Amino acid sequence: MSEPIISIRNVTKEFSGGVKAVDNVSIDIEQNEFFALLGPSGCGKTTLLRMISGLETPTSGQIFIGGEDMAFTPPNLRPTNMVFQSYAVFPHMTVEQNVAYGLKVTGVAPDEIKRRVAEALEMVKLSHLAARKPDQMSGGQRQRVALARALVKRPKVLLLDEPLSALDAKLRDDMRLELTRLQETVGITFIIVTHDQDEALSMASRIAVMNKGGVAQIATPADLYEQPKTKFVADFIGKVNLLDAAILRQNTKTISCNTKVLGKFDIDTDKTCGSEATIAIRPEKLKLTVKKPIGAKLVCKPAIIKDVAYYGDTSHVIADVDGVMLEVNVQNDSRTGGAGVERGQKIFVSFNPHDALVLTE
Amino acid sequence: MDDWKDFRRVFWTLASPGTVWMLVFFIIPMAFLFVLSFSSKAVVDGETSTTAYNYFSTLGNYVAAGGENYLILLWRAIWTSALATAICLALAYPLAMAVCFAPARWRPLLLLLLILPFWINLLIRTYALYSIFRSTGVVNQTLGVLGLGPFEMLNNTTAVVMGLVYVYLPFMVLPLYSTIEKLDRSFLEASLDLGATQATTFLRVTWPLTLPGIITGIILVFIPCLGTFLTSDILGGPNNWNIGNAIQNQFLEANNWPFGAALSFILVYATSIALLLQWLVARRSKGVDA
Repeated sequence: MSEPIISIRNVTKEFSGGVKAVDNVSIDIEQNEFFALLGPSGCGKTTLLRMISGLETPTSGQIFIGGEDMAFTPPNLRPTNMVFQSYAVFPHMTVEQNVAYGLKVTGVAPDEIKRRVAEALEMVKLSHLAARKPDQMSGGQRQRVALARALVKRPKVLLLDEPLSALDAKLRDDMRLELTRLQETVGITFIIVTHDQDEALSMASRIAVMNKGGVAQIATPADLYEQPKTKFVADFIGKVNLLDAAILRQNTKTISCNTKVLGKFDIDTDKTCGSEATIAIRPEKLKLTVKKPIGAKLVCKPAIIKDVAYYGDTSHVIADVDGVMLEVNVQNDSRTGGAGVERGQKIFVSFNPHDALVLTE
Repeated sequence: MDDWKDFRRVFWTLASPGTVWMLVFFIIPMAFLFVLSFSSKAVVDGETSTTAYNYFSTLGNYVAAGGENYLILLWRAIWTSALATAICLALAYPLAMAVCFAPARWRPLLLLLLILPFWINLLIRTYALYSIFRSTGVVNQTLGVLGLGPFEMLNNTTAVVMGLVYVYLPFMVLPLYSTIEKLDRSFLEASLDLGATQATTFLRVTWPLTLPGIITGIILVFIPCLGTFLTSDILGGPNNWNIGNAIQNQFLEANNWPFGAALSFILVYATSIALLLQWLVARRSKGVDA
């Protein structure tokens, strides 16, 4: 791989009062990546983004952009541009003036400004609204202005702070596709901050999951979902059933474990476990059957349906196995009967140990 | 808000006390003064009456008020007020910003310090200034110890302007503070992020977005300055009288109410013109709430 476009090395940000918003974070972001910083509110993701843009200064550590140390580069001289959560579209300027602003203040020639502004407005499909003032526009349109205003500067890196959080659900889906399309068209590195796992999973090529100022895991969306390293990541990305397990025997490629709820089974893992571990099973990997399923490898237990939540395409079922509630997702793939189960029904819960995961941290 | 038409009784109940007050103590007296400014004192039994007037009998008061002597006083009021307002703005803007950027727990205290002078009567404060700066005042005595002076620091236009700035500075800071405080910081951050320097950001983003506060501050300072008579009298002396002193003189000393009324209304017209200009400017910079 080539040299990373952004290299964050041991960056810590301590606010007055000794609160560490970002704690010893190191991330390398490659050219043309669509990178997401994902985490619950207060995990330090926005602070990290603001440090990349230069609006905050790290307490310690270094940030390199394009190989250059940015320690003494103020935000106006950095090759990054930001789309703010509130969009921050200047209310006293028209759309055109907003987009032209960043070029004007850096002394770009007037005819070039005109050309590039037209191009940028074309790109976000706002050419017909060039003369509008922001207060005559919808939230989605204002966001496009903010996008055009940042992209027209041709930054090396575009920073997006919770870009979809203020939009309604339908618009959010459109914008998600739009952002992915834009990122592919302009070929700029995008770094997006979000607390919404769906947003991160669907758009990003790689995701850094952050928790309490630190990085919990950096991986592709699929790896994060299927191979979470910690309980926090497993629980934060999607839904998961976490079961405490006692380790009976450790082999080279497998372990034998005993869970209170689902009994004893063998499971594949490279991890070295002590005497205890957590077994993670995604709700869609659990199966519900009326009869006891046949299959040597399947782990199976009788259960009672406690609750069924209907979501159209899927139903989320809560199954009671010896007093422990397991969440099971069922595809509603036939029109009759939905999940085919109802509250109070006796049923079998089964899963293939291949689909379960051993977590030690 | 609900439409007042749907709640007429509530509307009138709430609106009446203030309306009646304004009618009795503002509209009626001003109307009376307006009439008076076109009137002359009546002559009863060969003597000029002090209470009876020939209403709407003359334009003479305005003709006299338009005389050179009084135009000089009006002009002096306008330019000293303008100067005082400009100095107030120059001092108040950074001050208001400083208060906004101060830690949140300090802000109430800083604002309190700012309005502290209002707890003391204006007359007393002005005399206090007088006693500090007069030729035998504290400043000159201190300089005298060092072998300097005494300097004449009062009875000149500078003293009047400084006095006005001192009195009206809080009226400029408070509206500025409230607009700057409401200003979304992300506008400034966006400007920096887009490549503008701090200075450019101030000129192209901060200033235009705080223009409503600036205009309110200018109105709150300029208009009272225009009618001032206390400051110009005590700190400026007779040579620095302006239109306010002339009005005071006509009402209280010369007892020529019609002429005083005409002078007053000239001041009202000047103020109206200033407000009209403000409205025109505000209309041009639409999109920013005035």
